Parts: sequence; structure tokens; C-alpha cells
Amino acid sequence: MGILKPGIKLFTDEGLRIDGRRPDQLRPIKIEVGVLKNADGSAYVEYGNTKILAAVYGPRDPGARHILLPNRATLRCRYHMAPFSTHERKSPAPSRREIELSKVIREALEPAVIVEAFPRTVIDIFIEVLNADGGTRTAGVTAASLALADAGIPMRDLVAGVAVGKVQGILVLDENEQEDMYGEADLPVAAMPTLREITLLQLNGVLTEEEFYKALELAWQGINQIYKLQKEALKKRYAGAEEEE
Amino acid sequence: MSMTPVEIPIIPKIRKNAILTFLSRGTRVDERSFDSPREINIKTDLIPNANGSSYVELGKTKVLAGIKVEPGTPFPDTPQEGNLIVSVEFLPHASPVFEPGPPDERAVELARIIDRSLRDVRAIDLSKMVITPGRKVWNIFIDIYVVDYDGNMIDASSIATMLALLTAKIPKVSTTETGEIIISEEKSENIPVKKKVVTATIAKITDENTGNKYYIADPSLEEEMIADTLVTIAFSENGLITGMQKSGLSSIYSDDIPKILNMSRKLAEKYLAKINEYITSKTSATAST
Repeated sequence: MGILKPGIKLFTDEGLRIDGRRPDQLRPIKIEVGVLKNADGSAYVEYGNTKILAAVYGPRDPGARHILLPNRATLRCRYHMAPFSTHERKSPAPSRREIELSKVIREALEPAVIVEAFPRTVIDIFIEVLNADGGTRTAGVTAASLALADAGIPMRDLVAGVAVGKVQGILVLDENEQEDMYGEADLPVAAMPTLREITLLQLNGVLTEEEFYKALELAWQGINQIYKLQKEALKKRYAGAEEEE
Repeated sequence: MSMTPVEIPIIPKIRKNAILTFLSRGTRVDERSFDSPREINIKTDLIPNANGSSYVELGKTKVLAGIKVEPGTPFPDTPQEGNLIVSVEFLPHASPVFEPGPPDERAVELARIIDRSLRDVRAIDLSKMVITPGRKVWNIFIDIYVVDYDGNMIDASSIATMLALLTAKIPKVSTTETGEIIISEEKSENIPVKKKVVTATIAKITDENTGNKYYIADPSLEEEMIADTLVTIAFSENGLITGMQKSGLSSIYSDDIPKILNMSRKLAEKYLAKINEYITSKTSATAST
């Protein structure tokens, strides 16, 4: 969260955001399921200019026996940013941020996957950020949960994610990169909407308790909308498919 | 790549049942109430070669934090500010499951939680950590050593960080009449800590047989091992929320968030009181000698 540089306006005089949205409005969201041939499951998700490709392999035999668990599947997750996804080229080597986010995203998906169904196997989840414009971890969770569903892995619920920002004192849903960079706080949230269980919760920045509760409520609004779009995308892929390909 | 932990020390079932039985009676195996932290012991200024250092025992979890302050160059986007670099090392001494080598994902996550809790609230006034504006600034390296691991490394690290920052001494920088900048040999200045900040961690333990959920403050290792989720919330001394992190394999029911927030706020207040008590007694001790 940087200090606002003079001259940068993040709201119009009418109270709209730099990309024309109202504070409680999501960016245009595009979701496509089953976009890759080889992966067991895959999904492509866009939140505005944030573009994510997720793939799932598994449950499978990893080769390495020592990482298997007797009572459940082992999840592996990689969140990675493409070198061309950012303004300045990002080194492809995993940064500390990517190491942390791989863990946080894995832990956002663990509660949803019925891991007990596949003991002594590995489920690999690969999240690639193709273009970064804020909200990459939450869009990544949204995409990965669809890729898991596409792989036919049983889940308690889909996981949908969105971030809420505080920008010049105003809470905004699904902030873009500029809003994140110059805002005062960023609250990424992911959840299993039907169960009302929160699976990812982070806060970077400063909020009062009152602001936090309002931001969480706003995140829920966004999550419920995204959840609807996730289900539509799955139906689009599978509606009418009476037998397995 | 992040992987489901496979080398967690296993807790005997009988012990697990004992912990759950205590929880069902409204207390804990070590006789604490759900919202009480373990005993906290503090020492500071143990490492003569460091600018600041602290050793914190949170129950049997032991953390050593060292601060080195050295001249460096500012980042291009913050030319008028000093730099803050937080690292965490899980010493192989600390647990049979810690191995030497580059920091694993948990150490990276812990360092970033501490870093975020301090940075945006401007707990340290980095604009005062400048030697030559735009060219030379102070790098504040905070290195946190987990020496013995008995649960809740995050809060122990956070308390240790704050104490090391509050007791650190750095060289005085002065400008001569000819505009020459002199960094004195003697370390006489404080790091400008504007607000004290601590993290407070609450663990969620679910009894699979009854479905009961328990929220407990400052989990010990055995509690942490049967907990499915941890929520860490950072608070500044003026009551703002300055960071948050859910970790662990499970989730948090949305309507339980206010309960967790209240518990962690009270826990943070206890930690802050302990820090203040230590700093006050230390200042009065130095004043009387």
C-alpha cells in the first residue's frame, strides 16, 4: 500500500472508480471450464484484466512414495506469475510472495476437497497468472476450484474468492492493481458459499473493526455473485452431457 | 510448490482425547482458560553485536530476535524512506521436524505476516531512517530465530520483534557546517517506533465425534497439532487491525468471525501490556542507576 502520489485520482467526481465501476461492483468476469486437453481438470478465469489459467492433475501416483499419506490425498499447489504478466518482467524463479501464496491458496482449497476419498495419492493444482491486474490470488482460487470440479474430484462446495480494498477511505469490491497499489488496505477472502465457511482470509493494510466487518460483508456479496458464475460455467460445460466422454 | 504437510509429529490418540475432554469441560490441559496466553518471559540486549535483540519465551516456545541496522540504498519507489527486511529462521535445534536449509514456506509466511503487521500502519517511521535523501538510508534487518518450538511461533515472533525494535540503538547521523554527513561510532539513538503492534493467534479445534468447535488463544504445540485452523490478527496499540491471516487445513464459519476477533483483540491487549510492563521496568531500572 503506497502513499497516494499527488495527481492520482482514483475516483471521479461522480464517485465512480478509475475503470468506471461503482465501489460495490465487480469487474467483468469471464469463466471457462475444461480449456486444456491433457489436464484432468482445467479452467480459465478473468477478473477484468487479471487472467488466470488453472490446471489439475490427479488423483495420481507422484512417483515419490514418501509424500503419500495413509488416510487422505496429498495436495500440492503452485501459484506462479508468468514473467510477462507484470509491468516489469518478473523473474520466473519463485519469489517469497509466490511461496506464501502457494501455501495460502492450498489451504483455501484443502477444506473443500474431500481428500479422504483418495488416500495414498497426490492432487496437483497449478495456477498460472498470465496477466496481473490485482486480485490474482482470489481469481486463482476461483479458477483452481473449478479445475478441481472439472477433474471430477468430489468437493464439499466450490470455492470462490474476491478481494475488497480500502481506497481513499472508501471500501471497493474487487480492486484492480492501481487501487491496490495506492489504497490503504487489501482484504482477500475466499469461501465455500453454501456452507458460509471462509477458507482464505488475509489483510494487508489497516482497517478499523467497523470497516473490517463492512469489507467482509462486501466480499460476501462479490463471492456470491462469482459463485453463480462458476456454477453457470460448469453447467455450460456439462449440461446435456449424459455420459462421460 | 506448496504441499500438505506429511511430517507433522503425531499426537497419541489418548492425548488428543484428553485435550478434547478438557475443552469440553471449559478448560485446557495446562489449566489455562480458553482466552489466556501462556506465561511470557522476556529478556533484551543479549547480543552485543546486534543493534537490538530480544529473547521471548511464550510458554516453552522460545524465540530470539536480532536487529541489525546498516547503511543501504533506498528502493526506487521509496527514495525518502529506510528499508525494513524481516526474515525468519526455524533453527534445527527447535524441533525434530525442522531441517537446516533455505526457509520453508512456513518460515516465509511467518516473516511476511510480521512484516505486513508493521509496514502499512507505519509502526516504524521509516521516513526518519534516512541518511542522505534519495541515496543512502538505514536498512533495518529483523532476523527472527525460532529456538524451541512449542506452538504459536507467530505471536512469540511478533512480541520478540516489537521488543527488539523498542530496545535497539542505532548510530547518530549529523551534518557538519560544510554539509558533510557523519555517522557516529556510538549507538545512541532509538529506532523511531511510533506504534506498538502485536499479532494474536486463535486456534480452532473441532471434536470430530461431537462436532463441537472450540476457539482457544495462544495454542501450545499439542493443541496446534489437533487444531484444524489458525487465525492470526495483528492489532496496533490504538486498536486498529493491521493484518490478518488464516492458516491451516480447514475453514472458519463466517458467523464465528466476531468471536475470533474479540478473543484475539483481548489477547493482543495482554501481549501489549506485557511489552509495556517490561519496557517501563527497564526504563526505570536504567534511570535509577
